[in-house]
Amino acid sequence: MAPPLAQWSNPLAMDSDLNDPHSMGTTIIGVTYEGGVVLGADSRTSTGMYVANRASDKITQLTDNVYVCRSGSAADSQIVSDYVRYFLHQHTIQLGQPATVKVAANLLRLFSYQNKNMLQTGLIVGGWDKYEGGQIYSIPLGGTILRQPFTIGGSGSSYLYGFFDQEWKEGMSKDEAEKLVVKAVSLAIARDGASGGVVRTVIINGDGVRRNFYSGDSLPLWHEELEPRNSLLDILSAGPANTPEPMSI
Amino acid sequence: MSSIGTGYDLSVTTFSPDGRVFQIEYAGKAVDNSGTVVGIKCKDGIVLGVEKLISSKMMLAGSNRRIHSVHRHSGMAVSGLAADGRQIVARAKSEATNYERIYGEPIPVKELADRVASYVHLCTLYWWLRPFGCGIILGGYDRDGPQLYIVEPSGVSYRYFGAAIGKGRQAAKTEIEKLKLSELTCRQGVIEVAKIIYGVHDEAKDKAFELELSWVCEESNRQHQKVPEDLLEAAKAAAQAALEEMDAD
Repeated sequence: MAPPLAQWSNPLAMDSDLNDPHSMGTTIIGVTYEGGVVLGADSRTSTGMYVANRASDKITQLTDNVYVCRSGSAADSQIVSDYVRYFLHQHTIQLGQPATVKVAANLLRLFSYQNKNMLQTGLIVGGWDKYEGGQIYSIPLGGTILRQPFTIGGSGSSYLYGFFDQEWKEGMSKDEAEKLVVKAVSLAIARDGASGGVVRTVIINGDGVRRNFYSGDSLPLWHEELEPRNSLLDILSAGPANTPEPMSI
Repeated sequence: MSSIGTGYDLSVTTFSPDGRVFQIEYAGKAVDNSGTVVGIKCKDGIVLGVEKLISSKMMLAGSNRRIHSVHRHSGMAVSGLAADGRQIVARAKSEATNYERIYGEPIPVKELADRVASYVHLCTLYWWLRPFGCGIILGGYDRDGPQLYIVEPSGVSYRYFGAAIGKGRQAAKTEIEKLKLSELTCRQGVIEVAKIIYGVHDEAKDKAFELELSWVCEESNRQHQKVPEDLLEAAKAAAQAALEEMDAD
């Protein structure tokens, strides 16, 4: 009959300590195009080997026109973006006009740098303002700040450098840019064990913001990826006639 | 209470029965009796001009400047007690650097004017402080273009196209009103400001004066600078010529 279900019997789960901090072994991407930016992220949040959340939202709103992709510790990146959202709100009221992307990025940099000993988070800020248009800033671990036409981050990004060097073009259209982002995240999901789930994108330009969702089973299957299939338990419990040979799956 | 006065003018924290604070009005007198300070907003920038009255012939030319740079893109002209003005300039400088450290971009002129005004106002709220005996004309260039502000000893600030404070303010204001500021370039504006300062100077009461001129415009690369020596000399010559022409009539 079917083996006991308790996950503790799973040798993989046994190794993982569920009390470990949640971290986002992640793929995050920010790309500028003609007129705006596209941000993209996978949705996996893990506690060691355990997937704590398979549909998390790693693209967080800071202001009407600025969003941030978070990677690293979920707690650290949340607290940093919460503080920065608060300060940007104040700043918007004080100036009587929307905060620029540069100001948002600089505040994130400031917090990341001043608390670098306590924080484990890498961020990608993207947004649009009337002065400089669409902008992407990356704020990696130590709290440095870099303005770039496109940038990638998280554990999955190491599989994507070559891809982006080849595929990113100056002056892409909105659709080209979003297609590139979704394709890149799905590629990283295929290779990187710490990335997975769905793909989320945020598109920001002068007309406003649009969020898109691409479910896991709508993504292309890349080299040696397996077709989605029902649980092994379903197959086994269907009866001895269908029982596959051990190790043939 | 001494023989004259009602006693309502001894403290900056005492209102008169009809709702005035005399100490602030006295501070205003210090400005009204000082050398004229003029600021105009031309189509491409700001010009500041000061009639600096010379108290001694033995004083080195160019000393006791009344125009100060606050940061790269803005400057202040002081009328009234010069030492009080330096205190305000020091505060403005620290506000500007503070803002830039936190937000990563130069302080907007409006924000600078608001912060300086708050500081000046603070000194009208405590009995152990004396209000500033100076008026400030603040000129600067930010991403929204050139802007001109006045900060009064009471701590209010107003935005102007053209502004004048000090002894000759009334005459200077009527002269400024005759200018077509929206068509004037700063290079032309410098000449006009020089003419105004020379025009309002009272030869009979005050003997010597030195003309101080600064600008923030496209020509100065949006930086606050002293007007170049050759242009300053040309402006002085033009002003002198205009004066002589007037006397001839």
